[in-house]
Amino acid sequence: MNVEFSKEKLAEVKQIIERYPEGKQKSALLPVLHLAQHEFGGWLSEETMNYVASLLNITDIEVYEVATFYSMFNLKPVGKYLFEVCQTGPCMLNGSDDIINYVHEKLGIKPGETTEDGMFTLKTVECLGACGYAPMMQLGENYKEHLTKEKIDKIISESRANAK
Amino acid sequence: MGRKLLLDKAHIENIRLYDVYRREGGYRSVEKALKSMSPDGVTDEVKKSGLRGRGGAGFPTGMKWSFLAKPEGVPRYLVVNADESEPGTFKDRYLMEFIPHLLIEGMIVSSYALGSNRSYIYIRGEYAWIVNILEQAIAEAKNNGWLGKNILGSGFDCEIYVQRGAGAYICGEETALLESLEGKRGNPRIKPPFPAVKGLWGCPTVVNNVESIAAVVPIINEGGEEYAKIGIGKSTGTKLISACGNINKPGVYEIDMTISVEEFLYSDEYCGGIANGKKLKACIPGGSSVPILPANLLLKTAKGETRMMTYESLADGGFATGSMMGSGGFIVLDETQCVVRHTYTLARFYRHESCGQCTPCREGTPWLENLLYKLEYGKGKMSDIDLLWNVQKNIEGNTICPLGDAAAWPVAAAIRHFRDEFEWHVNNPEECLKKNYGLAGYADPINVPV
Ligand SMILES: Cc1cc2nc3c(=O)[nH]c(=O)nc-3n(C[C@H](O)[C@H](O)[C@H](O)COP(=O)(O)O)c2cc1C
Ligand code: SF4
Ligand code: FES
Repeated sequence: MNVEFSKEKLAEVKQIIERYPEGKQKSALLPVLHLAQHEFGGWLSEETMNYVASLLNITDIEVYEVATFYSMFNLKPVGKYLFEVCQTGPCMLNGSDDIINYVHEKLGIKPGETTEDGMFTLKTVECLGACGYAPMMQLGENYKEHLTKEKIDKIISESRANAK
Repeated sequence: MGRKLLLDKAHIENIRLYDVYRREGGYRSVEKALKSMSPDGVTDEVKKSGLRGRGGAGFPTGMKWSFLAKPEGVPRYLVVNADESEPGTFKDRYLMEFIPHLLIEGMIVSSYALGSNRSYIYIRGEYAWIVNILEQAIAEAKNNGWLGKNILGSGFDCEIYVQRGAGAYICGEETALLESLEGKRGNPRIKPPFPAVKGLWGCPTVVNNVESIAAVVPIINEGGEEYAKIGIGKSTGTKLISACGNINKPGVYEIDMTISVEEFLYSDEYCGGIANGKKLKACIPGGSSVPILPANLLLKTAKGETRMMTYESLADGGFATGSMMGSGGFIVLDETQCVVRHTYTLARFYRHESCGQCTPCREGTPWLENLLYKLEYGKGKMSDIDLLWNVQKNIEGNTICPLGDAAAWPVAAAIRHFRDEFEWHVNNPEECLKKNYGLAGYADPINVPV
């Protein structure tokens, strides 16, 4: 993949940097990493991280330090659809274990694994601030709440249809 | 019906849009503050209101503001903490999602009081769609002259920016948040210096919770003294509670701090009682970090008084028989739930979120998780219960930031109040593996002080 932002995205980076006082462009690191992950295949390769470092005029290691700290940055390729199912207390009280088992049954992947066709990845995550709408998962930039087996079926078939 | 000051208009159609919000009386507090009050005058009203920080610690907001250092020629910053990652807590999300202009309005007034010309909202990265909602509200406010240069001809300039986190509970801790906002790992700083002296980029900074800043709007509109009339004692004003777990009506509720826990839990106006006709077993009333209480101690204090939804009453009895208001994350467990399993999920959460800087927290949180795992899955020994107690004791108070305490307290309280249930796990390993906890015998709350 060619790791370089389009003109529009570069303009967006510039706007982000302007949110901070002069010389504090390192503050743009998290937002720019989000942007890079979104643009360059859903994960951060070494090449992508080095590119971000060059854009912000910081060292590569400063980017690696940050990228490895935050759980939303993927350091390995992930499936086109990432099912991040919450497993913390309040979701557990409302049956998240069953939801995780069901996804496992349906897709044949355990937490941390990706289907062979590269379509789905299952990940268990900790509380996402949706405890009153449990059980729930994050799918891309959206929340899927009040999950049931039927809802999971629907999400899987819709994802397959969208991928075509 | 209790008084509502924050969410009273949240249900009006399209209140998310500027025109509707303004028509409903929005941005009046900015007019009042910038046209008729001095910055210190605003701080005085907040002091008089008795508002206590809604992020968890309950520190008086007006006092925090008055600690802000004001050296000549150095910028000052207001940073709003919208990291909201404490399990059981989802109230700030609700406020920002449904009535975003309330936060923006509160931020403008607060920025004026503190002299912040650039203020930031640090929001947890997973709330991606709320970032869009906030940015739209900010753009609308700016187009209508509430942000930018020389607002309302007052000479005060202010811009608001949203910064998205990337998945790290620890960034809710205020100094970790500032590190993260500077583009670094979210490692909490050693205090002092406090952010009020050296915060964002080394400048004086105030970090406040979303709800605290939103509350500034009614405080300025109605006056601090009026606000302070609501509630009991030092629990003034209204509080957002996010209720979840095994209840009929999970959701976000604004209470005025005059109602009992029993009313909150059982009345149809709020939680609507325990789901599926079950009985109450236990509750964590203020987010996952605060002590769990068995049913009897939740509804009444150890002295037999009615427990109220106030800072003081929830804490009555200290950690031996009380809990805390915390972040207002109200987690309810019915009689079929296993306290060991629930505590295990919380321990796993804290292990996952430890930043790793200090040894007791980095090494202790996996010990908590592993011991609870053993007990939960029928592999534990009686001595593991005491070991668990010792490990949590050795974390508490020995770390750079309060995440260590937050990991220790839930474990301590679970053992304190539900030791029988831990022992049952040791005595019935086969039943544990079948997830047949034999809980019928534990439906009645137990109180075994350690
Ligand atoms: C581990 C940890 C996580 C925290 N998470 C949050 C949070 O998500 N939101 C929040 O407002 N405060 C959080 N706090 C409290 C903040 O450090 C700080 O006290 C608060 O933002 C101050 O705002 P307030 O005075 O308005 O409550 C957390 C504290 C700790 C130790
Ligand atoms: S207590 Fe835990 S989270 Fe806090 S600084 Fe120490 S290691 Fe990090
Ligand atoms: S516990 Fe799952 S969203 Fe909070």
